[in-house]
Amino acid sequence: MTVFPGDTVFPGDTVLDGEHLHKRYGRLHVLDDVGFTAADGEAIGIVGPNGAGKTTLLNVLAGSVTPDSGTVRLDGADVTRSGPQIRCRRGVGRAHQIPRPFGGMTVLENVLVGATYGAGLRHREAHRHSIEVLRRCELLDLANRRADTLGLLHRKRLEMARAVATRPRVLLLDEIGAGLTDAEAAELVATIRELNAGGVTVVWIEHIVHVLLQVVNRLICMDAGRVIADGEPSAVLSDAVVVDAYLGKARS
Amino acid sequence: MTWVNAVLQGIFLGGLYALFACGLSLMFGVMRIINLAHGDLAVLGAFVVWWAATSLGAPPAPALIGALPLALALGYLLQVTVLTRSLRGGELTPLLTTFGLAIVIQNALLLIFSPDVRSLATVTGSLSTGSWQIGGLTVPYLGLLILIVATGVLGGLHLVLERTGFGREMRAAAQDPDTAALVGVPATAVYARATAIAVATATLAGTFLAVHSTIDPASGPTQLIFAFEAVVIGGLGSLRGTLIGGLVLGVAQTIGAQIDPQYSILAGHLVFLIVLLVRFSPGRLVPAA
Repeated sequence: MTVFPGDTVFPGDTVLDGEHLHKRYGRLHVLDDVGFTAADGEAIGIVGPNGAGKTTLLNVLAGSVTPDSGTVRLDGADVTRSGPQIRCRRGVGRAHQIPRPFGGMTVLENVLVGATYGAGLRHREAHRHSIEVLRRCELLDLANRRADTLGLLHRKRLEMARAVATRPRVLLLDEIGAGLTDAEAAELVATIRELNAGGVTVVWIEHIVHVLLQVVNRLICMDAGRVIADGEPSAVLSDAVVVDAYLGKARS
Repeated sequence: MTWVNAVLQGIFLGGLYALFACGLSLMFGVMRIINLAHGDLAVLGAFVVWWAATSLGAPPAPALIGALPLALALGYLLQVTVLTRSLRGGELTPLLTTFGLAIVIQNALLLIFSPDVRSLATVTGSLSTGSWQIGGLTVPYLGLLILIVATGVLGGLHLVLERTGFGREMRAAAQDPDTAALVGVPATAVYARATAIAVATATLAGTFLAVHSTIDPASGPTQLIFAFEAVVIGGLGSLRGTLIGGLVLGVAQTIGAQIDPQYSILAGHLVFLIVLLVRFSPGRLVPAA
C-alpha cells in the first residue's frame, strides 16, 4: 500500500517538520508545497531524479535556505526564520554532498569546532567527545592530518564526523555515499545505523537505493519540487508514480 | 656601525608599522574586508587618549587602558550595524563602506579637535625621547616598548588563533562562513569579535604613533598605506607574516634614510613594489602564500 503525504501517523514525537514549503529560483519552482515530518528515531530516505528539490528541502530544513513561504518547526517551535547556527545548536546536523572541510585545519580541529559550538562542550569534554566521534567514524589515525590533504572517502567521513560532533538529534545527510565503492559505502552504512540505533533521527538523500535501503525505514520520493510518495520503502519503490518519475512513462 | 644602527632603528620603527597592520591583516584574514578606515580608526583612538590625557589630566597609560574597551565596543558595533550588512552586498561594498567611514571619521575629528597637530610626547616625558646607548647603538625606550607590544599582540593573537577554541571558531568562520554556521558557529558574532580586536589594536597603534611623533585628523590615510604595505609584504591574512612585513618596511625606510633622508618613504614603497612584482608576476595567477 502506498501512503501519500499527510496520511501517515508515526510513532514517536515529531522532531522536525515542514509545512507548505515553497521555494522558487526565478521561474523554477524548486519546492512546490512540500510537507515533511520526521519523528524521533526515524531513518528516512529521500530519493528522486536530479532537480527534484531534494537538496533544497534539506537546505530549508537545516536553515541555510529560507523558504519563500511555509513553516519549518523543530520540536514544534517555529524555526523558519532561525539561521543554521541556531538550528544546529538545537539539534540539527547537516553533511554536504560535496564535503566542505575547513581545509586549513586538522581533522581533529574540524571536529572540535562542531563539538565546541554545535554541541556546546568545553575544553576537555569537547576533546573527549571529538576523539570518540573520530573513533566511531574511523578517522582517529588521521586526527592530526590537515583536512585539505584527505582523499574523498576520508573527506566524506570527516563531513559526517563534523556533523555528528555537534550532537544532532536530527542528522541531514546529502548523498554521503556518492562516489564511494560498495565496501566504502558499507562502512558508512554501519556508522549511520549505529547512530540511528542510538536515537539520532536520520534524513538521508541518496541515489544508490540499495545502500539507502539498508538503513531507512521510510522512503520519500520527490519529483519536480513535489513529494510524490511517502511511506514504507518497498511500497514507495513499486509505486507506479515513482517508477514513472524515474524511468519515464511506459505507456501514455 | 651607522648601518647596523639604521637597521636597528628600522626594526623599532617596523614594530609600529606591524602594530598598525595587525588589525588590517586580521580583518582581511577573517572576513576578506579591506578596511580603508583602519588608519582613521587608529587616529580616532589616539585622539580619545590624547583628550583624556590633556583635558582630563589622566596619565597616558591609564588613558590608553581606559580607551581600549571603548575601542572594542566601537569595533563590535561597527561590525554589527554597518559591516555585516555591507558584506551581504558583495566584495566591493565593504570597500566603499569603509572608504565612506574614513571620510566621516576624518571630518568628525576635524570638527571636534580642529586641524591642529597633536602629540602625546608632551605628557610621556622621557619615554618618547630617552634612549640607552649600548656600544654605539641607540636603543630608544619607546621603540623597544613598541616592538615588545607589537610582538606580544601579533604573537599572542597568532597563538590564540592557532591554539584556542575562540581561534578555531574564527578560522572556521573565515574559511567557510556557511559551513561554520551549519556546525553551530555564529559567523556574525565571530566577525564582530574580529573587528572589535582590530579596532582595539588600531587604537594601541594610533596612541603609540601619537607618542612617537604627531597626529592630526588627516594622518589616518598615511598610516593606512604603511599598514597595507606591511600586510602585503608579509603575505595576506597571516599575522606572523604581518609582523615580518612591518619590520621589513621599517628597515627599508631607515636604510633609505641612511642613504639620503629624502629616500626614506621611497625605499619602503620600492620594497613593497618589488614584493608585489615577485609575488604577483604574470604567469603566477595564484599568489604565493
